[in-house]
Amino acid sequence: MADADLKSYRFRTEREADWLAFEGLLDQIQKSGVKSLGREELLALPKLYRSAVSSLSTARAVSLDRNLINYLETLCTRGYLFIYGPRTTFWKRFSEFFKRDWPQAVSEIGWMTLFSAAIMFGFALIVFFLVLGDPDWFYPFAAFLDIRTPEASAETLRSTLYTNSDGNDAGLSVFASELFTHNTMVSLLCFALGFALGIPTAILLAYNGCVIGAYVALYWSKGLGYEFIGWLLIHGVTELSAIVLAGAAGFLIGSTLAFPGDKRRLDAMAEAGKKAGTIGMGMVIMLFVAAILEGFGRQLINSDTTRYMIAAVSALGWGVYFYVYPRRWSA
Amino acid sequence: MSATTPVFRGQKAQAATKQKRHEERMWREVTTPEGAVIRMRLADASERAVALLIDAAIMLVTLIVGLLVIRVGLSTGVVGDWDILSSILFTFFFFLLRGFYFTLFEMGRRAATPGKRVMRLRVVAREGRQLTANAIFARNVMRELEVFLPFSFLFFGGRDEPLTALTTLMVLVWLGVFVFMPIFNRDKLRAGDIVAGTWVIRNPKLSLAQDISSSVSEDAAEEFQFTSAQLATYGEHELQVLEDVLRSGSDDVKAAVADRIRQRINWEKGPVETDKEFLDAFYKSLRQTLETKMLFGQRKKDKYDTGSSS
Repeated sequence: MADADLKSYRFRTEREADWLAFEGLLDQIQKSGVKSLGREELLALPKLYRSAVSSLSTARAVSLDRNLINYLETLCTRGYLFIYGPRTTFWKRFSEFFKRDWPQAVSEIGWMTLFSAAIMFGFALIVFFLVLGDPDWFYPFAAFLDIRTPEASAETLRSTLYTNSDGNDAGLSVFASELFTHNTMVSLLCFALGFALGIPTAILLAYNGCVIGAYVALYWSKGLGYEFIGWLLIHGVTELSAIVLAGAAGFLIGSTLAFPGDKRRLDAMAEAGKKAGTIGMGMVIMLFVAAILEGFGRQLINSDTTRYMIAAVSALGWGVYFYVYPRRWSA
Repeated sequence: MSATTPVFRGQKAQAATKQKRHEERMWREVTTPEGAVIRMRLADASERAVALLIDAAIMLVTLIVGLLVIRVGLSTGVVGDWDILSSILFTFFFFLLRGFYFTLFEMGRRAATPGKRVMRLRVVAREGRQLTANAIFARNVMRELEVFLPFSFLFFGGRDEPLTALTTLMVLVWLGVFVFMPIFNRDKLRAGDIVAGTWVIRNPKLSLAQDISSSVSEDAAEEFQFTSAQLATYGEHELQVLEDVLRSGSDDVKAAVADRIRQRINWEKGPVETDKEFLDAFYKSLRQTLETKMLFGQRKKDKYDTGSSS
């Protein structure tokens, strides 16, 4: 090393090995994960990161070699994204989600949930009384174009609620998997449409409520109200809660967009989006549970009492999970 | 160079400044907890579009292969009611692909889908905050609304009825609003990025090149002695342009640049001196001068910077 060398070059040669070592570790992590690192390497990682960051600050002050500064910048950015990135394992994240994140996020948007439920069930109630008063009101809301119309006899309607002993179960499970896909899409839409200030979410919820109201009224008018509600609620408790929560998450996004409060709008949106995202992931799980209940439970269990019991147990379960269990942290 | 007409050079210069301004606008600074400022380069809208197309192509191919495997490849299986089972499988497969392709890949180590990887992009949380799984979920749920929903409307129609001209127009407007959203904001955010608080950036990757000053031998340094007046001609900007030329310029460009510098600093070209040697030596001397000044807090931005105004 001659005196003629630039100071900035000497600065570089003294630290270069560290940078390259850090780069090598980052490459290895990206290729084969953190677990591929040895104990020594893991311990060296934060030290190498700090040394790279301090080299960057120094290099900016002493060197005019642009390649060097750009290199250090990218090295530090990569290191930063790793060091401050999400470092939990998938399973830890997974259990954390069930143990804490999901119930907490749901319990935090209680008012939105109430609002969302009020829209859906409010419209259900309105349509219910409309159809009871005049069966013609049923037709605008007839979602399933099949035998379930006011003209059908009570017997026909009754047969739609229960599975015959020789019923084809396999066909029903296809139906269930399609319903799951359909319901998930509806809920995802409720969620995503919150972006338009929540107005389309409200319309979607209201429409869903109308359909429910119309069918309840149809069966009610034929004296099958008790049976129909059992048929609906065995999975409906879970499914309708999921849709209500999706709507609530959508309203959260919409209202944050409209009224960001003290924060910058983009920041407020990002925060709300994260909470809504948690609820959204949970919603998919709920719909999955609902689809299983619907596809198998509903078809195989033909006793009204058992259906009501399952509905009650699931209502209690979700209620405790979302609104009692998270109190442990708020206290 | 002299062959180019003034008009052409004017346009070229204009395009270059436009490019430069665009480049400046695309960088974002983030301060790490250690207090260092790092910079991230946002991805261009065009790069993201290409990445999305690649992903869409992969999804389509996967879907077709999946369909073939489920419907044809295994239809002779031993399971009795294969028809029904396969349609259940397919429904789920389609749902999983549509709902989780992006989410699963972006939750991975590289925070990028295969398409983004090909384009060397990745997802980060805005302003250097922590990227969470929830954010990834939220940004990809919005995709349903931005792309999948309007497209399925367009291709499959609503409720088996053909679309009227009006609804088609509305769907196209809808698509237009969301698809072109990234072009119309500073951070190139699509709706999903806004909700999730994310950026898509170019994956930082640059290798450490050799220091040019280290390639100047002591003999060469002896040979090229520049006066302080000669070294005061240029500033940091020119030094970095020179660095770029030395690292990636062609021989012709190097020759042209060497001639210009010689002319400007009144340097008599020696009998055996090559352009490369001259430029390397000049680069090293200039950098030494400027770096020494920099240590004393005197920076010379470019050749017009005389240091008197500030």
